[in-house]
Amino acid sequence: MIKKILIIALLAGVGLIFFDLFNAYQGNETLSKTANYYAENGAKDVGAANLVTAIVVTYRGLDTLGEVTILFLAAAIISFALKFRKEDFIPNRPVRITSELLDSASQVIVPIIFMVGIYIFINGHLTPGGGFQGGAVIASGVLLMIMANPNFGISHKVIATVESISGIAFVLIGVLGIVLAGGFLDNTILPLGKLGDLFSAGVIPVIYTFVGLKVGAELSNILVTISHAQNEKN
Amino acid sequence: MFIAIAIVLGVASLIGGYIAIHHEKLPVAIIASGLVSLFASVIFLLLAAPDVAMTEAAIGSGLTTLIFFYVLNKIRQRND
Repeated sequence: MIKKILIIALLAGVGLIFFDLFNAYQGNETLSKTANYYAENGAKDVGAANLVTAIVVTYRGLDTLGEVTILFLAAAIISFALKFRKEDFIPNRPVRITSELLDSASQVIVPIIFMVGIYIFINGHLTPGGGFQGGAVIASGVLLMIMANPNFGISHKVIATVESISGIAFVLIGVLGIVLAGGFLDNTILPLGKLGDLFSAGVIPVIYTFVGLKVGAELSNILVTISHAQNEKN
Repeated sequence: MFIAIAIVLGVASLIGGYIAIHHEKLPVAIIASGLVSLFASVIFLLLAAPDVAMTEAAIGSGLTTLIFFYVLNKIRQRND
């Protein structure tokens, strides 16, 4: 009885808090001061047609570096937690035969998915999306490959090499910003170019290419590791 | 028109969420939770956030669903 009353009281309290939030909410008629600065000076300062990218890679570039680090840690911890001894490995575990449709379709679609992913991160400064989205799309291509052939695997050496080279390049570009321009991750070390061109917006396309490769490698690594862990003997 | 589509998608996500929690068969529940992500990504697209929609569609309904299936498979192997 007391438990039920406590639960109801708790729910009422939470409801009160949210009602207050809801009641005090007023939509912004104008942009806030920071948003206004970005909207007015973004194109001039950074040269990216996609303002979201401009904020994510340059104004808040350090946060992006942190995000990439967190994703790396997550991938590393998953690999560590799912590690098992070599003796427990079943080389060719019995799997259900993949349907003809999935098998044939994956051979046609996977290259297209990879191409779309690469397009998304190379054009990150022009069209919606960027390194993270492109990387996620590439990883879903890997997912389709794993679904079509459950015993498929990517060499850890390849993933580790791609991942570490892109990570180091990201930080090096940031440091180059200190040496050649205004500060860490300053994107004016390359010419800004004409707004809307593929080769414009300074180093944003370069950074996003590395972020895309890094995210794609990390997410693929998570998928391949989890798929590999299915072969562990119980 | 926009509001009508948004309401349909919202109701569909709620139904998907209910199925994901209460369905007896786990594979059905996993598919339902993937569907919720798919509806959410369409809603993000309608709300003019195409980049968030891309992430949600690829990670929410693609990778997460497969990972759930792998975990389910592993648990079943252990229980056999």
